[in-house]
Amino acid sequence: MGRILLVGRLAVRDLRRRRTEAALLLLAIMAATTTLTLALVLRDAASDPYQSTREAANGPDVVASVSPHPSTLTADPADLVIDQPAKLSGLEELASAPGVIGHSGPYPVTSAELQASGRTSDVQAVGRDAAPASVDQPKLTQGSWVSDGGVVVEAAFANTLDVRVGDPVTLDGRSFEVVGVAVTAAMPPYPAASCIFPCMSGAPPGDLTDAELPQGLLRNPGLVWLTQADARSLAPDPESLAYVVNLKLADPDAAQAFVDANSAERPDAPGLTSSENILEDATELARDAQILLSIGAWLLGLLAVASLSVLVGGRMADQTRRVGLLKAVGGTPSLVAAVLLAEYVLVAIVAAAAGLAIGSLTAPLLTESGAGLIGSAGTPSMTMSTVGLVTAVALGVAVVATVVPAVRAARSSTVDALADSPRPPRRTGWLIAISARLPVPLLLALRVAARRPRRVVLAVVSTAITISGIFVALVLNAFLTAEPLVNGYNGAQVDLLRQVILVVMGILLCLAAVNAIFITWATVVDNRHSSALARALGATPREVSAALAAAQVLPALVGAVLGAFPGGFALFAAIIAITGGDSDRATLPSLWQRLAVVLATVLVVAALTAVPARLGGRRPVTETLQAELA
Amino acid sequence: MSDAADTSVLRARGLRKEYGKGQGLVRALDGVDLDIGAGETVAVMGPSGCGKSTLLHLLGGLDRPSGGEVSLNGRRIDDIGEKALARMRRTAVGFVFQAFHLMQELTAIENVELSALLAGRSPRAARRRAEELLEQVGLADRARFLPSALSGGQRQRVAIARALSNEPLLVLADEPTGNLDSAATLDVLRLFEGLHESGQTLVIVTHDARIAATADRMISMRDGAFVDETRLTGGTTGQLGALVGLAD
Repeated sequence: MGRILLVGRLAVRDLRRRRTEAALLLLAIMAATTTLTLALVLRDAASDPYQSTREAANGPDVVASVSPHPSTLTADPADLVIDQPAKLSGLEELASAPGVIGHSGPYPVTSAELQASGRTSDVQAVGRDAAPASVDQPKLTQGSWVSDGGVVVEAAFANTLDVRVGDPVTLDGRSFEVVGVAVTAAMPPYPAASCIFPCMSGAPPGDLTDAELPQGLLRNPGLVWLTQADARSLAPDPESLAYVVNLKLADPDAAQAFVDANSAERPDAPGLTSSENILEDATELARDAQILLSIGAWLLGLLAVASLSVLVGGRMADQTRRVGLLKAVGGTPSLVAAVLLAEYVLVAIVAAAAGLAIGSLTAPLLTESGAGLIGSAGTPSMTMSTVGLVTAVALGVAVVATVVPAVRAARSSTVDALADSPRPPRRTGWLIAISARLPVPLLLALRVAARRPRRVVLAVVSTAITISGIFVALVLNAFLTAEPLVNGYNGAQVDLLRQVILVVMGILLCLAAVNAIFITWATVVDNRHSSALARALGATPREVSAALAAAQVLPALVGAVLGAFPGGFALFAAIIAITGGDSDRATLPSLWQRLAVVLATVLVVAALTAVPARLGGRRPVTETLQAELA
Repeated sequence: MSDAADTSVLRARGLRKEYGKGQGLVRALDGVDLDIGAGETVAVMGPSGCGKSTLLHLLGGLDRPSGGEVSLNGRRIDDIGEKALARMRRTAVGFVFQAFHLMQELTAIENVELSALLAGRSPRAARRRAEELLEQVGLADRARFLPSALSGGQRQRVAIARALSNEPLLVLADEPTGNLDSAATLDVLRLFEGLHESGQTLVIVTHDARIAATADRMISMRDGAFVDETRLTGGTTGQLGALVGLAD
């Protein structure tokens, strides 16, 4: 107990003595833990608005629909001929099936082309009674429910088309007035709407062109409600109508089992969708955001390891004498290692707690329900697995970055440590030989880099991770910009995903910038003697400053090239593999964009390192050289 | 003032160096005048903290004086920019430090050629000159050794070779034998003797009277000022070890 108390006390005192460094350590780990927490809690948080909508709209447990269908199925969808009317009897059987305690419908549905505010879109128009239904009564957010000549527009669709109550719209050329805007739990919000008629969301699969798609296939259809009379009158003939019925089950949790038990592979069989499927589609945006945040969290975690390794390495160098003193007064190597590790473990625990708190408090900002659902995400629940994983990652980051220098310090000679002997530099013979042929700043820069190869590797990795992240952000941004609707997002969702990308990239770039400054400063401190000596031998302050900066810019250049070319591709491929996405739909950054990123990286790193390098190049020579005699 | 004033390589007038302000003001150097002629060896003696090293740093342009003037080969160096000072150091001055100050990751020959590379010599010329100098200091067979594999005396001989790399006008040595045992001290003294014979101008700061006795002129310092100056007849040539009592 006394030993633990001693370790804790020594660790806390040292942290208090170096508050700035402790704060930087805390921030570095906290960036990773916050992002990870956001990613972990987002999924749970995202389902809340759907549940609110479901309660407000008395959402169904199962939605069943039938539509005109082909008499036979063909291998090639283009060869399908829709020649049979929808078979209503299937829906009637479902409505009276065991376990069903309530239903609404069947309601007629027709497909139409809607024009509003100069925009055109396919729609599925559902004919509803003017009286409220017991199951799936869409919840109005504006205006009133359907009336003759009046159309109610699904809220996310209305938001995308920018239509409001009172606006005129046309459906297949017939004029209607928007009388209301509503949300429903019977279908995911636009543009992820379920298909009652054959339809597709997003871009055509593979190499198919629009002309090759089956005739009559709806593209990204929106949802509107009309009176039954208006819906029927819009249909070219009664046999072209589809029908939908909303079912309430005695056991809502058995919805998927009900769907599985009542589905059949016949063209005339009803299509069934459980509330779980609808929830999954409705929260797809949150899942995408969660994937982005997860990737961001891992990238930030890796950067945090790089930051910590540099910081810890620098601090260990400063603590050589302290280690010597501890050992001289009887501290065993394990006690010394424990004291050094304890500091970073303490910081990691605080960072994990702060990350969990900030992540859970800010998660609702990224889980806005959007126009398609009502209610807010509220405060997400914090599960033990989230707490455990975030804490484990924080501790892992601290231990991975600390264990090598801590063990090295613990094993060092007590006499050398008491004498505060600096860690001897590494010799890289071939680099020294090459450098002799270069101008003075590059000669010194290569030798500075060669003295600490591990630090160079950290700088390369840190830059490569950041640039890989930027590469993926460029791909995602291009994906969201190109044709958001085709890619399955409405405007608000695109904004939200952009916000998530921006947040992750912002934290990533800040941490990378802090890393660049840390590494430069550690290099400056570590090279103070050799810099002073180079100046005593005739190198100018500018040459030494340029060398210290170039020693950072060269690894940054290598890291940027690695990140912009193989690293970015690899990260993107990993994301596609994890998410099961379609990489053909993505536009990869062009060569000039990647070269611009490399150039910008070099310029930014040069700017970030300029001040510490300048300070390092101008340190008084005599003070530094004399210090070695002290 | 010395006779060297007329042909001085190095000249200082009213040289002052102060640290701190007000009550905490410390005068490390207080109005020193000095002339050192070409080929002359001058020893500066005094107790620790008397300002010897500070003087050396000001003479070599490693530090800037608080007042007074320093001229090297007739050119003022106390009021020139850092870049010009650096150029002056790389071409006109060679430093030998008590702590050797060798780059730990460079071999002996790489340490020696570093000054020449910084001065812009070609890698081949720098390497040839370094080989000659290591031969001269008796370390040709240790050229590829790292400093950690050399004895203290050997390290100081490498440092002396480095100081001579650019054929400087002036070599400034700060306690060059301070970290050495007697045998290594004798080796280093012999090197300085050779330099003196070859006409190299040398300023050696030391607190060891035996080392000072080998110079042409010995200046004693106390509290930042010169308190005594002695011209030593006979110089340092011949039977050095016997003269200074270091020979077996």
